[in-house]
Amino acid sequence: MNWKRATIAAATAAPVIGLFAWGLTRDPNNIPSPLPGRQAPAFALAVFSPGQGGLMRPVGETMRLSDLRGKVVVLNFWASWCLACRDEHSALSQVAQTYEGKPVQFLGVLYNDVPDKGRAWISEMGGQSYPSVDDPGARVAIDYGLYGVPETFFLDANGRVAFKNTGPVSPGMVRLKVDSLMAAAQAANVSAPAVATPAKDSSTPNAKTGSPK
Amino acid sequence: MTNVHSPKRAVRSLAAVFSLAAAISLAASAAAAQAPALPGAPASAPQDSGALRVQVQGTLTDAQKNDATLESATKSVASQLRCPVCQGLSIQDSPSELSQQMRTVVKEQLAAGKSQEQVKDYFISKYGEWILLEPQAHGFNVLIYAIPALLVVGGAIFIVFIVKKWTAAGPVAAGAEVNADDD
Repeated sequence: MNWKRATIAAATAAPVIGLFAWGLTRDPNNIPSPLPGRQAPAFALAVFSPGQGGLMRPVGETMRLSDLRGKVVVLNFWASWCLACRDEHSALSQVAQTYEGKPVQFLGVLYNDVPDKGRAWISEMGGQSYPSVDDPGARVAIDYGLYGVPETFFLDANGRVAFKNTGPVSPGMVRLKVDSLMAAAQAANVSAPAVATPAKDSSTPNAKTGSPK
Repeated sequence: MTNVHSPKRAVRSLAAVFSLAAAISLAASAAAAQAPALPGAPASAPQDSGALRVQVQGTLTDAQKNDATLESATKSVASQLRCPVCQGLSIQDSPSELSQQMRTVVKEQLAAGKSQEQVKDYFISKYGEWILLEPQAHGFNVLIYAIPALLVVGGAIFIVFIVKKWTAAGPVAAGAEVNADDD
């Protein structure tokens, strides 16, 4: 055996094989977001679907991220034409109900869809416990680096993006993320005065949709 | 004797052609990778508008010139950004709704006075460098540009080395070949 040739061949092949092996460990559909750890992009979007019970917000009210400071925010981008959104809908809606009265805001954001279709879809799915807002022109979606639905962002009480989930969420994962963010907020003793509780919120119900940026 | 050296000449010619092609290819890649002109550089506008623009240039108002410059800059930036919902298409080439919306954002930001680099930085801050169709040449990404060049240079050196080796061993090998043919 020619050891010199064998060594050269092995030295040439090893990096290529290593590169392929590393590639197999990665999900090509998972594009890492640069947002986690950064301040979440601001938004001001109008509610088109009010939600239910204590989580309800009036249709037409402008939801601003700045008004949600002090709360953990679960921002779920969805669309009526999105099949995967059906998989997570009921679970997300039920989990949101369990956080009623706590400093957590679940918010649906309609992506590249029209509110009428969104409302019809929610009705078809048996309702949605939390409110949904419209995102005309997908401005907020682009601000959040969205490339598909469903995508869910978990924002901490300071308005920073803590975690992004691509694809349908599971109830366990949502609870885990929300609970950990609530615990972190309590540990950090985040000031609560900025928190606007849904029942006492005095925002104008028919506020005009604000510009997201 | 002439017949004996013909294969060597062919190999040398091949090596020369290969080297020339590699040099031309590298030069073309470098030219293509050059950033297009910034908005505010009107010289870039007529490139894609053809003779018609030249003919009517004298009648264009400042607003029309600004519009043309803005369109050109928008097209330039949009051509460098990847469509998030497509396979290998820029948002300029993609007909998807999200790409159209992203083009609108590009145009609005340019119209607001941002430079092309600032607009690209905005999208990088949202999507990461993945959003660029051509990765930026810094850090680990340098390998993407360096490895092909190194392979071309290494290949050329390897060919020269092999040709020299063949040339040195030529008469014996050629004689052996002739003898083999005789058999």
